Amino acid sequence: MTTTEHAPKTSPEVCGVGHSRRRVEDDRFIQGGGNYLDDIELSGMLHMAIVRSPLAHAEILSIDTSQAEAVDGVVAVVTGDLLAQYDLAWMPTLSGDTQAVLATDKVRFQGQEVAAVIATDPYVARDAAELVFVDYEPLPPIVNPQQGLAPDAPIIRTDKEGKTDNIAYTWESGDAQATEAAFARAARVVTLETHYPRSHPSPLETCGVIADVDPITSQATIYMTSQAPHAHRTVFALVAGLPEQNIRIISPDIGGGFGNKVPVYPGYVIATAASLVIGKPVKWIETRTGNLSSTGFARDYHMKGELALDADGRILGLRVDMTSDQGAFYADAQPTKFRAGLFHIVTGSYDYPAAHVSATGVYTNKAPGGVSYRCSFRVTEASYLIERLVQNAAYEIGMDPAEFRMLNFIRPDQFPYRSPTGFVYDSGDYETALRLAMDMVGYEDLRREQEEARREGRLMGIGIASFTEVVGAGPSKDYDILGLKMFDSAELRIHPTGKGILKLGVKTQGQGHETTFAQIVAEELGIPAADIKVVEGDTDNTPYGLGTYGSRSTPTAGAATSVVSRKLREKARKIAAHLLEASEEDLEWEVGKFFVRGSPESSVTIQDCVFAAYTNFPEGMEGGFEDVDYYDPPNMTFPFGSYIVVVDLDPDTGVWKVRRMIAVDDCGVRINPMIVEGQIHGGLTEGFAMSSMQWITYDEDGNCIGSNFMDYLIPTAWETPRFELGETVTPSPHHPIGAKGVGESATVGSPAAYVNAVIDALAHLGVRNIDMPLLPDRVWETIRSHSGAEGEG
Amino acid sequence: MEINVTVNGTPHTADVEPRMLLVDFIRSTIGLTGTHIGCDTTSCGVCTVLVDGTPMKTCTMFAVQADGRSLTTVEGLKRNGELHPIQAAFKEAHGLQCGFCTPAMMLVGSALIEENPDPSEEEVRWAISGNLCRCTGYMNIVKAIQLAAQNSTTGGTAE
Repeated sequence: MTTTEHAPKTSPEVCGVGHSRRRVEDDRFIQGGGNYLDDIELSGMLHMAIVRSPLAHAEILSIDTSQAEAVDGVVAVVTGDLLAQYDLAWMPTLSGDTQAVLATDKVRFQGQEVAAVIATDPYVARDAAELVFVDYEPLPPIVNPQQGLAPDAPIIRTDKEGKTDNIAYTWESGDAQATEAAFARAARVVTLETHYPRSHPSPLETCGVIADVDPITSQATIYMTSQAPHAHRTVFALVAGLPEQNIRIISPDIGGGFGNKVPVYPGYVIATAASLVIGKPVKWIETRTGNLSSTGFARDYHMKGELALDADGRILGLRVDMTSDQGAFYADAQPTKFRAGLFHIVTGSYDYPAAHVSATGVYTNKAPGGVSYRCSFRVTEASYLIERLVQNAAYEIGMDPAEFRMLNFIRPDQFPYRSPTGFVYDSGDYETALRLAMDMVGYEDLRREQEEARREGRLMGIGIASFTEVVGAGPSKDYDILGLKMFDSAELRIHPTGKGILKLGVKTQGQGHETTFAQIVAEELGIPAADIKVVEGDTDNTPYGLGTYGSRSTPTAGAATSVVSRKLREKARKIAAHLLEASEEDLEWEVGKFFVRGSPESSVTIQDCVFAAYTNFPEGMEGGFEDVDYYDPPNMTFPFGSYIVVVDLDPDTGVWKVRRMIAVDDCGVRINPMIVEGQIHGGLTEGFAMSSMQWITYDEDGNCIGSNFMDYLIPTAWETPRFELGETVTPSPHHPIGAKGVGESATVGSPAAYVNAVIDALAHLGVRNIDMPLLPDRVWETIRSHSGAEGEG
Repeated sequence: MEINVTVNGTPHTADVEPRMLLVDFIRSTIGLTGTHIGCDTTSCGVCTVLVDGTPMKTCTMFAVQADGRSLTTVEGLKRNGELHPIQAAFKEAHGLQCGFCTPAMMLVGSALIEENPDPSEEEVRWAISGNLCRCTGYMNIVKAIQLAAQNSTTGGTAE
């Protein structure tokens, strides 16, 4: 099924890059030995429950905590007024906005944190939370950005002095003039307006914290479901005013993150403040409803894209106008410089000279967030729009959608390729990936089948998405969060016996770092991966880094691991020269050993060199065998791929079924092919979820529909399609081992493929858009309206 | 209320509040944290254990309802110090990523194999359809359960 087999350079015993090494973390997970946040119990620990607003927009007239405080076992009830005394009622978001920790003036979304009860028992805390009585004066809610932009709209962010509108940000990218010129000479313009609905990463483990502030030493140990423990330590230092050396963030095993565990949430801050004041550990475990209705939503982009084409079907330019629904606080976890994330990757896999993107973010009375749900900062919204647009463009000019892509692809000889919005794509071979996917699915036969099916009145469709991602944030000149540059780190220490420990600033949530990063060390040093322990998630014991999201671990920390290993290999070379009494220049390296050029019998192993680093090192050299690398990537990486979905659609019910899903991914060099494929399977499922069933809506009063797993539908094994994977390998030229990152490719690329397949089944009726999720009633309604028009005509 | 519950072969007697959920009893009272809580509404299935051999979601079952019954949790899957075939197969087939749904998935899979030693892909998918996974897309979970079934019938690592 794959085009190329890549023989690993190392033996299975060493298990470097390219081996499908079985995961070391599995041993504890399959035996119930995982250590997730809620599994941690500390002596004297108290439990916290949060009181949330039932209303979307309302003034708080009063909060009566007396009955809750009277409950046996309740230690304290925290309100925003109490936090305000410590200057903690508000906190910064990761987009430089502010967010209420506990509401003091008014509530701005349903589910907002209003008070917290601290008790000796979690059941008691929840009982007492029911007894906190809040008197609200309802205000008119704004439930979409169109309402928010209306001239007479009520102002949501009255906390911001002088704020007279609901605009959270405006932003643009590309060249407006050049784009206008391209459109002026276009033979045809293809337009698509579509909504990428609000979604939520909803990992099966909700968010949580145990804050343990020692009343004597003031040492704050904060156990937290954190994808970015170091960044969170700094945020805590800034928000709570705690000295940073006294803060230790421990992020234990994480039961899925997908972006949900990147922001700092009010619950973390309240528990920490409570522990600071009470002097005992305070645990908060979010409920599922709390998770879905208050933490880190994703997407909710209303997009209009226009593609200018010449008479031959070549793209001349792209114009995008986008409005994002930000909820009550602008809390995208994203690099400072880019106000709509990396949405300007929207030009996609195609070569054209001009593009312009304008974006407006609008406050609404909905939960804040805007997290990168398994995607690198709004890249999935971008990929979805361009892949839907090119498919529609092909229909409009009567060209096959695959052929249209081939005609417009950036060619391999154009890399590094500067996109019209300023990215420099590192490497790619788009046509090869699409051709492989077409061969795997039997594209020509399917098109013939489709013609026949249409004659017989059957509906089947073939959808393509040839996506390009931008991941691995990022180079310090352009990428920071709250000013913190987005480099990452690796510290490698090999003990005298040749076995060692690798410490990283990133944090795995299921990606298998404990397995794969040891493989990088094995590749570079020839020390068996099994001899390397990987440690992450404890800020006292790992070097600084910005964490795991946006597919950045392999491009940043993976590169750092490679570089630090190479630094130590150079130290080993000096030691080897000393041991072999040869000059360094005469030494040759082959996996795991140095030998004197021309006399291979004269050699020392890497383990010999490590031992000598503690026992017999040359004069003038520092002892020990350890080093650290802070890796500042020279560029982002640009994984890509081509996905093809085949669907069968029942015209009587609107139900569509995935017959086949082919995914050809090129993420550069694969460190552990088994794990890469697992990542792709997961992403293809989340793409299916978003295209078919998984979304959060709000009614006109701002009630969140989708605040539990009975309303927010996640596909089970029964609905989830089977996947067929293919691979091409185009290494990243600037990454030390040529890897690009893969955790999000499939979530980014696949939604358009599923939707394009359904649209393709109906394209002959003139259908060009159905908004996600493609629920059967929406599909059925679309068929009816289009067939009706035909019938009447 | 006093209840008697056998957990992984060991009898326990405990005095519990009638409203205590079985999952909290397992996690807090017995101290076995391999059973997780994910949704509070019996939707996600990460709290599943075997009650007298049958998979049950313990976040919507009271501890008192388990009085006189026998529970198997992930911690009780090993036999004589050896991994259960389902455990070995989940590792071998990469049937887990974050590991949060894994204990429940393995218990459901083991119950299926008990009943049906050679389940088809469809049968496996149906059996685990009450359990959500956000990481794997189920592909390798299905593979792992079928591999475990195969290894169980061929003697593999079964007891």
